[in-house]
Amino acid sequence: MYMSEMPILWEETIQPGATWSHVLKRGTALRVVDPEGGANAAAIFYNFECPVERYNMPDTLKAQQIARLTTGFVLYSDMGRILCSVTADTVGWHDPIGGTSNASLINAKYGPSTYQESRNNNHKNGRDSFLVELGKWGLGSRDLVANVNLFSRVDVAEDGGMSFVPGNSKAGDSVELRAEMNVLAILNTCPHPLDPNPKYQPKPVQVSIRRVPPPAAEDPCRVSRPENGRGFTLTERYFL
Amino acid sequence: MPTTTTTTIMTATNLVESSLSPSEAIYRHVILAGDPWIHEIKKGQYFRIVDLHGNQAVDTLFYNAHDYSDRYSAQDTIQQQRNIYLTTGTKLISTTGTALLTIVADTCGRHDTLGGACANESNMVRYALEKRHMHACRNSFLKSVTEWGQSMSKRDITSNINFFMNVPVTPEGKLTFEDGISDPGKYVEMRAEIDVLALISNCPQLNNPCNAYNPTPVEVLIWEARL
Repeated sequence: MYMSEMPILWEETIQPGATWSHVLKRGTALRVVDPEGGANAAAIFYNFECPVERYNMPDTLKAQQIARLTTGFVLYSDMGRILCSVTADTVGWHDPIGGTSNASLINAKYGPSTYQESRNNNHKNGRDSFLVELGKWGLGSRDLVANVNLFSRVDVAEDGGMSFVPGNSKAGDSVELRAEMNVLAILNTCPHPLDPNPKYQPKPVQVSIRRVPPPAAEDPCRVSRPENGRGFTLTERYFL
Repeated sequence: MPTTTTTTIMTATNLVESSLSPSEAIYRHVILAGDPWIHEIKKGQYFRIVDLHGNQAVDTLFYNAHDYSDRYSAQDTIQQQRNIYLTTGTKLISTTGTALLTIVADTCGRHDTLGGACANESNMVRYALEKRHMHACRNSFLKSVTEWGQSMSKRDITSNINFFMNVPVTPEGKLTFEDGISDPGKYVEMRAEIDVLALISNCPQLNNPCNAYNPTPVEVLIWEARL
């Protein structure tokens, strides 16, 4: 059964510039929707039972020889296991290399902002947002590793130059991540660090959780390349 | 800047030779293939890595010597310079946005920071489940940080630099491991902008054609700060 046919267990909206975390249970999937278009959902994933095992950008990129994420690709931990699989995607390109913003970048780009003056519309940055949400799980700056940016796209030119592609995600676009382990997901909706928009205009995303069947023998993420077949084998061994 | 000549062969490649003489270095050490190396480099000192035999991957991490939680960040480094390749002029940026070192000379022209380090586990995924026993960079990193102490652990092993490796990304979003562009004697040289701790695994990989299946020694040199 396709995930879209499974009942939603619960859903909520992550407000613009907000942080969020949840333990995605193995056997469930997270759908993230960009309701307005142009969202950026920055995310890092950890093995909830042993968070020193965490999402690893280089292992994800080199095992699949990619610098983008879409349907059929998976997110590897540093231990050769698959944290999440991208089981559906209407966008076609999610950024795994651009990283996140910090306070000085946000201040330089959008000007100073205080809670005193702006209340909850004050400018948030990706690094501090990650650290706050990580802190709730007893994790900290030594656990802050390279992140992915759902809904964003960064192109790389022949000379290595990186450029943000505006309008990558349209209103209603969505991506589905199937949890292959019990995965602590840390998210925030701060703007992409390379977004050229001179105004601080973060967008919301909607998240929903469904129960899904385990990946079958012919699962598209498993058979997309031999590396992923071995990644699923190592992940399944972990639960034996 | 101790530089004498500049030749630009393509936009992202900045070939610059150093004027520093190895005979004046205060520290010289040859790292054999498969060995780790950990060493402090003081603010202002110059640090050179020489690819003695060509196309050797030198997996490298840097830390703020006074706060190891503030460490090299591949994403912050490429984001800040808006280019995925490291070469002369690149500032190696930490997770807090601090410049740890600046590349001041480079006779290779391009270095990778997306390909990461090999591990027993990633070798099993990439090559075969039977490859688990083979020596890998992240074992060297772990051995080194464990011996260094100071509460360093696997949490401090993050996405590294691969000096002398050529890992292009295509406009279609593919990541490829290309033949090396380094040759025997090519080097990269950095100036420390703050006191840093350098951690190297001289890559033992035997499964990847990028080093012609033949890992080889590299030399590291350090010069005193210049006024």
